[in-house]
Amino acid sequence: MSLAANPRQYVVRFIFIGIALVMLVRLLFLQLFEDKYKVMANDIAIFRKVMYPPRGVIYDRKGKVLCFNEKVYDLMVTPNEVSKTIDTMQFCNALGIDTATYNKLLQKARFFNGPMRQGVFIQQLSPSQTARFQENAYQFNGFQLLERSIRSYPKPVAGVVLGFIGEVSPGMLKTERFSSYLQGDYVGKDGLELSYEEVLRGQRGVNYLEKDNFNRPRDSYKKGALDTPAISGRSLQLYLDQALQEYGEKLMQNKLGSIVAIDPRTGGILAMVSSPSYDPNLLRGSDRAKNFSDLYSLATKPLFNRAIKAFYNPGSTQKPMTALIGLDVGAITPSFGYPCAGGYYACGRRIACTHSGGGHAANLRLALANSCNSYFCDVYRRSVDLGKFGGVKKGLEDWYEHMFSFGMGHPIGVDIPYEIGGTLFDSNAYNKMYRGVWNSCTNVFIGMGQGELAETPLQMANAMCIIANHGYYYKPHFVRAINNNPKDTVLAPYLEKEVVTHIPDTNYAIVALGMQDVVERGTAKVAQIPGIDICAKTGTVENKANINGVATKLQNHSMFVAFAPRTNPKIAIAVAVENAGYGATWAGPIASLMIEKYLNDTIATNRKALEDRMFKGNVISKYVYILDSAQRAKDRLREMRKMEAQQMADSIEQARRWRQVQFVVDKYYYRKK
Amino acid sequence: MTSSSVNRKTFANRIDWFTLFLYLLLVGIGLLAVFSVEYKSTDPSFFMPGKSFVKQAIWLGPSLFVGIIILMTDSKFFSSIAFLSYTIAIFLLVITIFAGKDVKGSHSWLGIGGFAFQPGEVAKIFTSLALARFLSMPETNFKTLKDRMIGVGIAMLPALIIILQNETGLALVYFSFFLVMYREGLPNAVLIVGFSLVGLTLGTLLISGKILFIIITVLAVLIGVLIRKTLKRDAVARILILAIWGACILFSQVIVPFAFKKMHGYQVERIYNMLGQEVPDEFRKEPTPGEMEKAKKKDTDYNVRQSKIAIGSGGLWGKGLLNGTSTKNDFVPEQHTDFIFCSIGEQFGFAGSFVLIGLYITLMLRLVHLAERQRSAFSRIYGYCVASILFFHFAINISMTIGLAPVIGITLPFLSYGGSSLLSFSILVFIMLRLDMDRQVMIR
Repeated sequence: MSLAANPRQYVVRFIFIGIALVMLVRLLFLQLFEDKYKVMANDIAIFRKVMYPPRGVIYDRKGKVLCFNEKVYDLMVTPNEVSKTIDTMQFCNALGIDTATYNKLLQKARFFNGPMRQGVFIQQLSPSQTARFQENAYQFNGFQLLERSIRSYPKPVAGVVLGFIGEVSPGMLKTERFSSYLQGDYVGKDGLELSYEEVLRGQRGVNYLEKDNFNRPRDSYKKGALDTPAISGRSLQLYLDQALQEYGEKLMQNKLGSIVAIDPRTGGILAMVSSPSYDPNLLRGSDRAKNFSDLYSLATKPLFNRAIKAFYNPGSTQKPMTALIGLDVGAITPSFGYPCAGGYYACGRRIACTHSGGGHAANLRLALANSCNSYFCDVYRRSVDLGKFGGVKKGLEDWYEHMFSFGMGHPIGVDIPYEIGGTLFDSNAYNKMYRGVWNSCTNVFIGMGQGELAETPLQMANAMCIIANHGYYYKPHFVRAINNNPKDTVLAPYLEKEVVTHIPDTNYAIVALGMQDVVERGTAKVAQIPGIDICAKTGTVENKANINGVATKLQNHSMFVAFAPRTNPKIAIAVAVENAGYGATWAGPIASLMIEKYLNDTIATNRKALEDRMFKGNVISKYVYILDSAQRAKDRLREMRKMEAQQMADSIEQARRWRQVQFVVDKYYYRKK
Repeated sequence: MTSSSVNRKTFANRIDWFTLFLYLLLVGIGLLAVFSVEYKSTDPSFFMPGKSFVKQAIWLGPSLFVGIIILMTDSKFFSSIAFLSYTIAIFLLVITIFAGKDVKGSHSWLGIGGFAFQPGEVAKIFTSLALARFLSMPETNFKTLKDRMIGVGIAMLPALIIILQNETGLALVYFSFFLVMYREGLPNAVLIVGFSLVGLTLGTLLISGKILFIIITVLAVLIGVLIRKTLKRDAVARILILAIWGACILFSQVIVPFAFKKMHGYQVERIYNMLGQEVPDEFRKEPTPGEMEKAKKKDTDYNVRQSKIAIGSGGLWGKGLLNGTSTKNDFVPEQHTDFIFCSIGEQFGFAGSFVLIGLYITLMLRLVHLAERQRSAFSRIYGYCVASILFFHFAINISMTIGLAPVIGITLPFLSYGGSSLLSFSILVFIMLRLDMDRQVMIR
């Protein structure tokens, strides 16, 4: 065998090197020139886990917890990752559902989120479901537990104030405020939860996890270098007094109406009761939707916050304001009297007054104490017809401005949403209503709080604050501090003093004295509390409703406004009890009990009987149910009409699109062929 | 240099340490790669019995032990047992068809008392020995057709039996012996036609028709220019080169598209999927409902797609040791055996892949170098056998992970997890080392 070099060895070597070069070129393209593989590798292997921060806790004025977070788990599913070999029986047993439900839920998840994306399978598992699932979690590919926290309320109070949270709705997502939310995120939907959403929610965190081919998270990606931690929501400290709130809700049980109690020194709301109240624990967890619709369908409308959304004629509770305006514009002096003989006849018909003669309206204090209708009709007419205005229209403008600055006719700006502004007519409105032909007799009723004047209980309570403070108020609000910081910028609007125009202190003082007389010798003796000077005004408001086409006069609304003590006031309160009768019968005792509870912390023994009567009183009128069903029938009809119109519009739109498609197909597709 | 002076050299001095070093280095990289794909941060300890990399490390013991035994064996022993061992290997292979365990549809594994091995793997060694022995026999004249047929027969018989075992991938490796026989005098045409056919087939599938047309034409013109003198003289050559060009064009532009149009959609898909490619629009068909069901069941391109993602995401420097998100988290199937290269590509990027391919090529070129310096033909041919087998494994395995070759289940030498694979490659290399120790001795 010759040892001379065989040329073919070089061919072999060339082949080895050549193939290696082909591979290297291919690798060069794969690893250096194409970026898509990096993206794909991240897509398949990196799991973006959203960490929900704990929502802020809400405390009352004494540091008691009103609302805190409880840990729950949502079961999530990625339909395509659910293996076909999953032991459905075992899975269903673990969760306590049947196979039909399993299939239905899986279909639903597939329908809403598509087969590849993670969607909710069951919301808020019970603790036992969670435990049983976790035991066998490794067998259930495609299913994952997502930790969430839900709101929980140690005491079932203040539902309408605190509000509730729920999944963000498609409508909300379209608004600018919630545009950064993702479908399925939880968001405050009413009450403080909605107004302070940005404060309470904190900041979502993201953890990047590596997942394996079965979608199980393994390690943190790049040792957590890209992770952002979740920042907890900030807590709210309220002015609300849990004990007072609870007491108010108990007083108002089996009544329709509301209580608003404000600390006039700060504008902080001490209690806001809307009755009937509901247990806020109903509106959380997996039963929320069902409970919500149950509550919603009740004729007594517990979800409707009567304290800020219901508006009534203020009735006699308007009289202190009428007096103040009269004094301010110079129409009357405190010694002004009216010879009332049981009615006001100046406008050509009788406006009844419950008292007659005896000089019950001999001066302002007496007129207030006895709540003389004639007196205040007269004061109102004098105020607007005053010579310096040169006509009732100018005069009413001034009256309107006064009332506006008392907080009427517009939402005051309480820190829970959907506040109503009530009704307050200016000259233009009357011009429209009466085609320009009207005088002070036309609307004389508004002087005594009937007619085109409607206020929410919140506005009434706020007006009491103004009188208590002798001319200023702070916007009523619930939140005293955020994370124990009372000077947080979010709270800035509530720290500004709102000064009511130029009414001198002496006028407030005389009206306050008149209001004290109301309790001491006037219409509201029932509200007396030994040792406390209460200034108050009763109100008995006539109201009518259209029942089966007949305008029926319903039982009067019982109203009561008050503040106490007269010097250095600590609480201003407004109580409205619908269709209950005289102001002094229901609203007065309730308000006085609330004041006593707040100022003395206990109820004097001699008032226990009164308290008991309030607890037990049931004054929900049967009309409520009739009116409600009539309203609902009307709503249904309107809804049906709306749906019909929508369907018509949809079918027209569909036909138009179909024509477009046809057009494109005809033009491009067939021509090509 | 006389043989006595060779014998005076010490035992250690006669071993080719460079080859041994490359071998150990590759085995070491293999252990690291297997470890990295199995690593989980939740593992209680580094050393866990039952883990593949531990088993592989344990298998290294017997491999080195057998290697040392081989180094201490008389070099003439190997040529003397060549035919006998070949006969036994064929016998074993035939038995395996009937007695073999059913592993994923193939009957290529033989179980002996709880211990399984693949006779097809081991048969490579004995086929190499037998082929070397036959070709180096003085009475063999490899220029005669009869002896050529015998040579091809020795190489192809095991392949045939292995195909019967339904393990086509392994059988393909036996085609590496053509490279050896080429070196020993098989005509050039065999190699050129073989490589051209493989190249043309892959080119047709991987490169779009128009570009391939241009490439083939340019190649034809280039060859024409290179051998223009011959062309001027020889009319046959002119017709031949035109005919080859025409055949290539016909194959790639007409026959394949026509065949794909006639085939079922899922069959075409299958062919492309083996390369990890999307079916081009021109060959895509609306599957019938029945075919849809079939297509759902198998996911043939999944392996290659995942493998390409893993390697492609490595970039230049890779994601770093134990940071391979695709390989560590089991996205690539068979990643500790056939697709082990993915873990290198992903964790160490192009740089790591370059080094690894460099190491392999160095080892193979070294083996060719060793083969060429042998005095006896037996040792030389055996050396070529080792180099060629390693090359085929290496080329097909890496090509399939990067979508250059169809997915055929063959291992990457020294790196892939698997005891019998490691053992048989070790034996292959150590026999060559032993033969090289006696390179001045004539072995018959």
